[in-house]
Amino acid sequence: MDIKATVLQILSDLTGNDVSGAMDDNLFDSGLLDSMGSVQLLLQLQSDLGINVPVSEFERSEWDTPNKIVAKAESLA
Amino acid sequence: MLTFEPYGNPTYFALLGVALLPLMIGILYGKRSRLYETLISIFFLVLTFGGPKWTQGVALIIYILYEVALTWGYAVYRKQHNSGPVFFMTVILSILPLTIVKVTPAVANGQASLIGFLGVSYLSFRAVQTIMETRDGTLKDYQVMTFLQFMLFFPTISSGPIDRYRRFEADYRTVPDRDKYLGMIQKGVRYIFVGFLYKFILAYYFGTILMPKLQIMAMNSRGGFMDLSWPVVGYMYCYSADLFFDFAGYSLFAVGTSYLMGIETPMNFKQPWRSPNIKDFWNRWHITLSFWFRDFIYMRLVFWFMKHRVFKKPTTTANVTYIINMLVMGFWHGVTWYYITYGLFHGVALVLNDAWLRYKKKHRQSIPHNGFTQVFAIFLTANMVCFSFLIFSGLLDKLWFQ
Repeated sequence: MDIKATVLQILSDLTGNDVSGAMDDNLFDSGLLDSMGSVQLLLQLQSDLGINVPVSEFERSEWDTPNKIVAKAESLA
Repeated sequence: MLTFEPYGNPTYFALLGVALLPLMIGILYGKRSRLYETLISIFFLVLTFGGPKWTQGVALIIYILYEVALTWGYAVYRKQHNSGPVFFMTVILSILPLTIVKVTPAVANGQASLIGFLGVSYLSFRAVQTIMETRDGTLKDYQVMTFLQFMLFFPTISSGPIDRYRRFEADYRTVPDRDKYLGMIQKGVRYIFVGFLYKFILAYYFGTILMPKLQIMAMNSRGGFMDLSWPVVGYMYCYSADLFFDFAGYSLFAVGTSYLMGIETPMNFKQPWRSPNIKDFWNRWHITLSFWFRDFIYMRLVFWFMKHRVFKKPTTTANVTYIINMLVMGFWHGVTWYYITYGLFHGVALVLNDAWLRYKKKHRQSIPHNGFTQVFAIFLTANMVCFSFLIFSGLLDKLWFQ
């Protein structure tokens, strides 16, 4: 399955917004993601894509836009 | 024998300048002398913990040996095994000294614990974080010498900012190139001078000149509703101003000094008084502490709760964890009713804040959002924060129970 499509689906479920049109927007600055959302994202990545990310690997500045999250997921898959 | 509070007076800064100069010239020429860095660290540690405070110095040395044994032992263990109970035991053991220091005054009539020393609460964060990242496998290359440098890095030893092992190690192992380092010197010097303004002028005025007078007035105006009076209100703002300028000033000294040593210690404050809500406030106030709590308590608890499906709804998980997180922060400040109430207050504030943000998102069309609402939000947040600092200050304890 396409990782990018899956990640975007997870993000749109989590934030209630379609983020595919703003792939470089900072999700934390816009308030769409917070710590709670980050953890939900990590758990979804685990269950949908089998990607294991420990919480201490989650450096916010590396996960703050849809593009970065997709890139992270692709590199870890 | 000479002894100082870190960044306490002009002599300390003069000594700092003299001690840092050879180190700075070294970095400009692309060299770090480990020996020299270690020597000046020891020198400033002796200034802080020696002389009449030698008992604190002994407590520090025993504490450090204890934490080295724990983190090193766990790092060796973790290479072969990964059991949950062993991890929990290690974390509990690493915060045991801090727990004793915090609980002792509450059970022994305000007597300070013998094993306490300036900075014990801040060092505990660094040790616990090292253990947690070792468990996660993100910290693979634990080195005793790096851990010692990280724990005993003298600019931040007494009250933070709370750095992270891997971030510190990356800075420490490299020498910034000349252009970058010149920029760091410029920033470092500016931070230190803004720190002078904050700590020695503004905090001095609010904390040393104004606050004692307001406290006397507040104590003399007791008798009204809950012993409250206008001087109490004045004290609330004065205390908040002092707390901010004193701690932000100290933090600027610590970060500035780190920069001069070629280490980019993270900033502790980012214009907290312009936060439009409490959640944003905690992204701007005592940042290295609140982010530590976010990363090592909040996110981990949420992760655990959700993985084990403890609560049905994500919002319940978030709310319960907010309260636990801020209560732990309250206890960390000290075991008194006002610190714990302060933690609870912020936990509840975060829960309400999240509920409001969800409501606002749902009714985006009908809720106005403009310059006026923005100013109102900032005003409301700042006042809520000041009120929480009034609780934190302990003045209510004096008004009601003394």
